[in-house]
Amino acid sequence: MLRGLLLASTLLLAIPLAARADDSIVGKGEYLVRAADCVSCHTVPGGHLFAGGRAFVLPGMGTLYSSNITPDPKTGIGGYNDDDWVRMLWTGVARGGKHLYPAMPYASYTKLSRDDALAIKAYLFTLKPIEYTPPANAMKFPFNQRWGMVAWNLINVSDKRFEPDTTKSAAWNRGAYLVEALGHCGECHTPRNFMQALKSDKAYAGAKQQGWLAYNISGDKNAGIGGWTDAQLAEYLSTGKAPGRGPASGPMAEAVEYSLRYLTKDDVAAMVTYLRDRPAQPDGPPAVPATVAAAAAPDPMGAHLFNQACAGCHLPTGAGRQSPWAALGGAHTAGDVTGTNLVQVLAHGTQIETDQGLMFMHSFTGGYTDRELSFIANYTIGQMSGRQGQVTPQQIGAARGPDDHKPTDPPPQVVGMR
Amino acid sequence: MFSLSINGQTQQVDVPADMPLLWVLRDVLGMTGTKFGCGIAQCGACTVHLGGAAVRSCLLPVSGIGDQPIVTIEAVGDSPTGAKVQHAWLDKEVVQCGYCQSGQIMSATALLNQTPKPTDADIDSAMSGNICRCGTYVRIREAIHAAASA
Amino acid sequence: MGHIELSPTVAFSRRTVLKTSLVAGGGLMLGLRLPGLARGAEAAAVFVPNAFVKIEPSGTITLIMPNAEVGQGIFTSAAMLLAEELEVGLDQVQLQAAPPDLLRYTDPSLGDQATGGSASIRGDWMRLRQAGATARVMLITAAAKQWKVDPASCHAEHGAVLHTPTGRSLPYGAVAAAAATLPVPTDVPLKAPADFKLIGTNAKRLDTPSKVNGTAIYGIDAKLPGMKIGTVAISPVNGGKLASMNEAAARAIPGVRDVLKLDDIAVAVIGDHMWAAKQGLERLAVVWEGGPNRAVTTGSIIAAMDKASQSSGVVAKKEGDAEGAIKAAATSLSAIYELPFLSHAPMEPVNCLLHVRADGAEVWVGTQVPVRAQNAVAKMTGLKPETIVINNLYCGAAFGRRLDIDSIEIAAGFAKQVAYPVKLIWTREEDTQHDYYRPYYYDRVAAGLDSSGKLMGWTHRVTGSSVMARWAPSAFKNGLDPDAVEGAADTPYEVPATLVDYVRAEPEGLNTGWWRGVGPTHNVFVVESFVDELAAAAKQDPVAFRRAMLQKNPRALAVLSLAAEKAGWGTALPSGHGRGVEVQFAFGTYIATVMEVEVTRQGEILPRRAVVAVDCGTVVNPDTVRAQIEGGMILGLGTALYNEITLANGRVEQSNFHDYRTLRMNEAPKIEVYPIRNNEKPGGIGETGTVAAAPSLGNAIFAATGRRLRRLPFGNQLQAS
Ligand code: FES
Ligand code: FES
Repeated sequence: MLRGLLLASTLLLAIPLAARADDSIVGKGEYLVRAADCVSCHTVPGGHLFAGGRAFVLPGMGTLYSSNITPDPKTGIGGYNDDDWVRMLWTGVARGGKHLYPAMPYASYTKLSRDDALAIKAYLFTLKPIEYTPPANAMKFPFNQRWGMVAWNLINVSDKRFEPDTTKSAAWNRGAYLVEALGHCGECHTPRNFMQALKSDKAYAGAKQQGWLAYNISGDKNAGIGGWTDAQLAEYLSTGKAPGRGPASGPMAEAVEYSLRYLTKDDVAAMVTYLRDRPAQPDGPPAVPATVAAAAAPDPMGAHLFNQACAGCHLPTGAGRQSPWAALGGAHTAGDVTGTNLVQVLAHGTQIETDQGLMFMHSFTGGYTDRELSFIANYTIGQMSGRQGQVTPQQIGAARGPDDHKPTDPPPQVVGMR
Repeated sequence: MFSLSINGQTQQVDVPADMPLLWVLRDVLGMTGTKFGCGIAQCGACTVHLGGAAVRSCLLPVSGIGDQPIVTIEAVGDSPTGAKVQHAWLDKEVVQCGYCQSGQIMSATALLNQTPKPTDADIDSAMSGNICRCGTYVRIREAIHAAASA
Repeated sequence: MGHIELSPTVAFSRRTVLKTSLVAGGGLMLGLRLPGLARGAEAAAVFVPNAFVKIEPSGTITLIMPNAEVGQGIFTSAAMLLAEELEVGLDQVQLQAAPPDLLRYTDPSLGDQATGGSASIRGDWMRLRQAGATARVMLITAAAKQWKVDPASCHAEHGAVLHTPTGRSLPYGAVAAAAATLPVPTDVPLKAPADFKLIGTNAKRLDTPSKVNGTAIYGIDAKLPGMKIGTVAISPVNGGKLASMNEAAARAIPGVRDVLKLDDIAVAVIGDHMWAAKQGLERLAVVWEGGPNRAVTTGSIIAAMDKASQSSGVVAKKEGDAEGAIKAAATSLSAIYELPFLSHAPMEPVNCLLHVRADGAEVWVGTQVPVRAQNAVAKMTGLKPETIVINNLYCGAAFGRRLDIDSIEIAAGFAKQVAYPVKLIWTREEDTQHDYYRPYYYDRVAAGLDSSGKLMGWTHRVTGSSVMARWAPSAFKNGLDPDAVEGAADTPYEVPATLVDYVRAEPEGLNTGWWRGVGPTHNVFVVESFVDELAAAAKQDPVAFRRAMLQKNPRALAVLSLAAEKAGWGTALPSGHGRGVEVQFAFGTYIATVMEVEVTRQGEILPRRAVVAVDCGTVVNPDTVRAQIEGGMILGLGTALYNEITLANGRVEQSNFHDYRTLRMNEAPKIEVYPIRNNEKPGGIGETGTVAAAPSLGNAIFAATGRRLRRLPFGNQLQAS
């Protein structure tokens, strides 16, 4: 899921997308490609930019691979004309009539204007064509039946462009367009129904994605972002951390790294305006209050291990000493007693490219046992939120990748006793 | 170009913004007392003081420092606590290969500045981030207690 | 305080260096190159009676250190041996690291100019005292001549010759030139132990002051004017080849100067500083082609060893009919013990600074084997060894890592491609993944007890890689690796019938090397754990069971009794706690350890207290002995609890301290060391604590839980069930 550190930074540094100040269609397209975060999904770690091939494991359904969106005529999008392209973004029907899976967020992109869709295409067509065919999707029946998407689309995709709400400010509308159409925030942060379509009545109430919890970002004061200041929200979106709110990790760190941090101040402010106005949803773990009394740790092992492996960056208090990205105070992740994201971070590490360089944390499953990591997790939750963490060793075990090999053969037994 | 306050002196360094302080000290300023052990904040060999707190210089980008004063092993002995710690280190003959000891001394000095009479638990919490492969922990603990009562 | 010079050839004072470094903005001027040990006209006045002592007319007394300082305190202990007989104070001497020179500096017990095998004091004990005494006698003779008195009426004290009847005295410097003209006497008598002034005292270590204020120069700290810094990547699969890399991307990083290839096995990015080099290496996006070992896993290696261990091996020790005795025994036991591959992970990652020119090379490195280092550079550069200067610097520990010269060889391969001096530093990840690992051992042991519980027969088959066959082929005779069976073929116990044999099984896909405690760290774990199993099977107390087999070994018996007494053996412990004992005779030293462990209900293993009794014969510096046991024990405990190197797809899976764990401050037990003092020959000490850790801990775990753990590391084995 998360990329290997070395490969990842190789990839990051290789991004040729310099912020272009020009108003040309290509320059505009580049900005939109960033805002829509195409790179995250369409690039594999260490692979060619936009050449696709990144795997998406959909539990119970199979594995999808992102497509090559370089302008290679054979394996990429080189054969698309403008109408093909716009139809693909708006309806999820690729050139040749093939139905895309909605892992490609066309349910959001359908709101894009034709001009913006074409600017994106114009930019992508300036890239070097890469001849590369991503692995074939491996979906299980019935999900391997692409015609199923026809019905799905009929029910779940409106095929309607973004309509400004004239009762709202320009900033609100710009924010709405960025959040709903380009940023496709809801694709992660809105729960899905049994058909894997977004539940519109639960917009931004938070949802689980590939093992990570995309938090509630509705206006709810407790569970959502209602308690955040504008400044905190803006800083979080553009840097991946905010004082008193902790750092972004996992997929959100990627979104910041590849997309959000490139947006203009005005656009970020517009997003904040719009997000602020989302109806409150009460779901998900409650926010961490600004000041907490640490919960007494049920076992000294948590402090003991935290001091060894974690305090170097986070300080024994979790306040963070190395950088603002290591400050855990107020982090939603450190207040969620189920430890969903904390377990992911411990098992897979996390990283984010920032204006101060790469901030990263290693996976700790190689050197620490499931039990030890559960102690670390619960200690962190207790320290940072005053709550009693409920992370179990089994959770850590389940999050370990298949590569986390440890010999498990039982020790040989005494034989020949007479 | 960054302007850093190191051991009371201002140093101008022309380095990339994301360059960790460790390499600025060692490779640009020639101050090799601060050591490279892991590069991932796991060993503490690179510990220096930043605004009085012990930090891991291997993961501290130079652009994140600003005007906070830096103190390294080369000058920690100029402070009364640092001198006491170094003295206790000699007295208890803590050092083996010595490679981790710059970091140990910086962590111990920061601890004593904050907690002049640390308990064993305080020592555990402040020092467990500093690895010593030679295994000098027994004596480090003794030396910290000795420095605290000196 | 004595002054320590780590370079064999360069004289500079620390103060000058610091000044220079400030002036030059970082480029320490270590590049001055002076001739080797003083020779020629100007040097005629310098008194150099042997390879270890040099006294200048100015009064400067220099002791040449034949061993590398890797943290074990040898610079101080060796200096004590010399100073004792030379009659100088440690505050009067300067120390210099010996240059590569097999003739002068071969360790008599290792047969190589090497520092390892806990051999230094044993090797130095006679030669350094003789060197000091010889010099002293010559200085006294020279002074007596000048005074025209009988040398027997003179004696030496604190760096000067004294004529007792008249009270006259001459400092050594004043008679150095005259002494230099005298013939070198042989068979100079050495001091009686009762007359020792330094030996046996807790003399302060000479290297410590520089190591608490950041001025000590380790290999990684060396600098030369115009030097660049590089970092290395080697194929992650042993034997893999470079497939592709993006050189342009690496060169685009500011500060990157060169991207170099060494055949197809390694690449290096060189820059103005390590950060540029590291960033450049990441951007280089090296792709490796797997090669023949790409499918190797730890599992496949173990399976091969299991198979190999089923056929008999080369006999290391055979006394009586052990197999017959086991068959005839009332109770017989057999077991398989396994020890993992280990990385050394010294705190200072391997590194090497070289300046290779057409006519020679200068090398700055911390190495345990200076001659091998010199030869490695010669081999890679085509230069003659005598044109290569090796400046041996402090080692940020070694644990055996610096007995191999792979990193120096690779560094030379890169350095010869550039005109400037270049320091190659491996990242921790590279060091962890391209080590010469402690071999995996797969040992089969069996034994038989008679109806009274007496041990009648013992067999032990060691299966593992032979480091000796690679490192010192001449010591690998008839298929037997003497190191692989050390501690197995020479246990302290008396057993009626013993068979120890050795099956060589080389692992695919990685290199093996010496690791702290070598043979004994492996075999004492197997032997002492299995002896404990036998005691349990015989329903006897583990200490009593051992005592019965040590009746003819008084020194072993004495350490065992002392450790048991000091540990309160037999007294009650809280539930979940246990005591384990081990006895060892290794490196010429007797040790017994009682370890106290707490095992939590969930299976965490927490060592609480270690009581060590030690008889290493004559002790040079008791505090150093204590320190080495403490430190060795902590390294051994951390390793026994946590460490193993594993392979998947031919690649080492561990990379840094987050997944190759080290015991931390808050895990370290109390350690008590109780010496037994006598005037026996000195034994080695640097590795003994590490040897003692795993067996005593394993036996303590058994005492606490009734579970016998036969595979290292112990890790979470008690948590699984
Ligand atoms: S080098 Fe910085 S913590 Fe290890
Ligand atoms: S003294 Fe060697 S690593 Fe600490």
